[in-house]
Amino acid sequence: MRFLFKTDYEDDIRLFPHSGYYVSYGLLLAVLLIAPYVLSSYLMSQLVFVCIYATVGVALLILTGFTGQASLGHAAFLAIGAYTAAYLQTYNVPFPVYFLAAGLLSGCIGALVGFPALRLQGIYLVIATISFALIVEEILARWESVTHGNEGMRVKTLSLLGVAVPRDSPTFYFLCLAVLVLTIVGTLNLLRSPTGRAFVAIRDSETAARSMGVNVALYKVKSFAISAAITGFAGVLFAHKLSFISPEMFTLQLSIEFIIVILIGGTFSLHGAVLGAIFIVMIDPFLTYLKDDMPGIIAGIAATFGAGTQAAANVQSKVAAFASLNGLKGAIYGIIIVLFVLFEPLGLYGRWLKIKLFFQLFPLYKRATFKRQKIYVKSERNR
Amino acid sequence: MLDFVQQLVSGVALGCVYGLIALGFVLVYKATEVVNFAQGDLMMLGGFLAFTFIGMMGLNYWIGFAGAVAAMALFGMLAERVVVRPILGYPQFSIIMATIGLGYFLRSIAGMIWGTDDLKIETPFSQGVLRIGPLVLAYDKLSVIAATMILCTLLYLFFNKTTLGTAMRASSENMLAAYYMGIPVKRVVSIVWAISAAVATCAGVLLAPITFIHSNVGLVLGLKAFPAAVLGGFGSIPGAVVGGVLIGVIESMAGFYLAEGWKDVAPYIVLLAVLLLKPEGLFGLHVRKKV
Repeated sequence: MRFLFKTDYEDDIRLFPHSGYYVSYGLLLAVLLIAPYVLSSYLMSQLVFVCIYATVGVALLILTGFTGQASLGHAAFLAIGAYTAAYLQTYNVPFPVYFLAAGLLSGCIGALVGFPALRLQGIYLVIATISFALIVEEILARWESVTHGNEGMRVKTLSLLGVAVPRDSPTFYFLCLAVLVLTIVGTLNLLRSPTGRAFVAIRDSETAARSMGVNVALYKVKSFAISAAITGFAGVLFAHKLSFISPEMFTLQLSIEFIIVILIGGTFSLHGAVLGAIFIVMIDPFLTYLKDDMPGIIAGIAATFGAGTQAAANVQSKVAAFASLNGLKGAIYGIIIVLFVLFEPLGLYGRWLKIKLFFQLFPLYKRATFKRQKIYVKSERNR
Repeated sequence: MLDFVQQLVSGVALGCVYGLIALGFVLVYKATEVVNFAQGDLMMLGGFLAFTFIGMMGLNYWIGFAGAVAAMALFGMLAERVVVRPILGYPQFSIIMATIGLGYFLRSIAGMIWGTDDLKIETPFSQGVLRIGPLVLAYDKLSVIAATMILCTLLYLFFNKTTLGTAMRASSENMLAAYYMGIPVKRVVSIVWAISAAVATCAGVLLAPITFIHSNVGLVLGLKAFPAAVLGGFGSIPGAVVGGVLIGVIESMAGFYLAEGWKDVAPYIVLLAVLLLKPEGLFGLHVRKKV
């Protein structure tokens, strides 16, 4: 445990608060780098999805967490990135070029969406981004000469500098990891720059930011563009990982999943985006585990506690039937969202901070430290 | 011309359903500044309940209808108590997410209970058409329009002529002042949720003959109700219905006269245009923001 005394401005804008972070992040990176040689191929593939989801989560965090602009349309930016890559690939454009082009295009479209969003706030913005995403989805389904409509597009194997990088190779994972790390470091740097400070100022109080001379319109559009561009980059990797894309992959459901990523992780810190991504990607393996292994384990427990073989088999079949219910994943999502909003609004990272603070301040910890401020409901219409 | 009138009627009928869902948004939004993203799913649940009462238990249509409305009103209160009340007053984003989560949950649960097949309710209006000269109008569509008009009149009378309605308007204007004047604000909010769930159920049951009931219908129609609510002005009750009808007509006309694909995006293009040009909607109040 260590106390941080910030004595000047430089201390406040440091990339990491103290040198201990270099050690822990270095260790984490080392673990991640040897992961492909240790883990099974299924878990590796999940890890790649974690990287992609975390990248989108960071992008969404810039927009929603730090600028305070909610968006339920990020699946559209992901789709734009993915389709740009797939389309340019048919003209044998090399990877670095279409990678950048995808980010650029979705960034530009993000800025275009940002302009109308300037006049909108809160719920109106959410609705506007939803409708943008629905329109994009429809365009992808109808613009057959480019997107092949509902048939979808096949994405060729990624080739980097003339070397093929299959989607389940360690190299592909390293690529995704590199994109994620670059995004995170870039975002950290962005957030300590004047731009990032302006974002946070806009989130906290638009009026105050404006009166301090922040060009609110410019920074809102910037935030949209940056967020969309990063999502576009993630889209390219997403397309390569899936190797086949079609419009029904980029539905509102996916946008909601991205929101869940930052909501579960915690909307105030980059750690949150990564934790949330791990959480959301790991639901699938968890369900598989529930389906395949759990019934046997429970039956085993039932048998050891004296229930007959028949009863144990009964329990086993019941658990298996429950785990293979059709909408279980959706129900779990729903419950998770509601429970997090109600009981853990700061998300998983918030929970970690609470635990850390508890041990730092051991006998003096107060639960009220993290209590949410309730704002008395006042009509927006009369404000 | 004949085609036009036919399309107009079916557009208005569909629009009335959008309008009823939008009405639910608006009621809740007016009272608590909360947008209930699960409104469409409440509608879906109401439709399924009515199907259970009418189709599976063989009750009379009207009794089943009333039973579903009553059950959903209770469910609305429950949802308000469990999900919304603890987070009232927190940032709007949390509440939006909570209602999205609720919607997710309801959709999956409905899918588990009633399966993923399309279900259909036999109503007294399912068969039969009204012929006016060469014009053929189906009873089920006319019944939707009539029921919407009746419901709107009832709600109008409720809000403007009864004490409870006045209390609701008061607490939607200023909760704290209403509380000081002795209005039980929490109970009022509960009742608002009950009413909005009941209205959604009416929409679900009326819709059943036109499109089938399945677990995703709430999501699809709920998303169509946003343009309706925004077009009418988010805080306006007549606006919601008028907006719904307009969106229904626009969708219906786009489906008939424009190329394939326009039907689905037309409401959202209208929505974006409205947000850009007249964000307060047709019936919304334009209030200057005070700092």
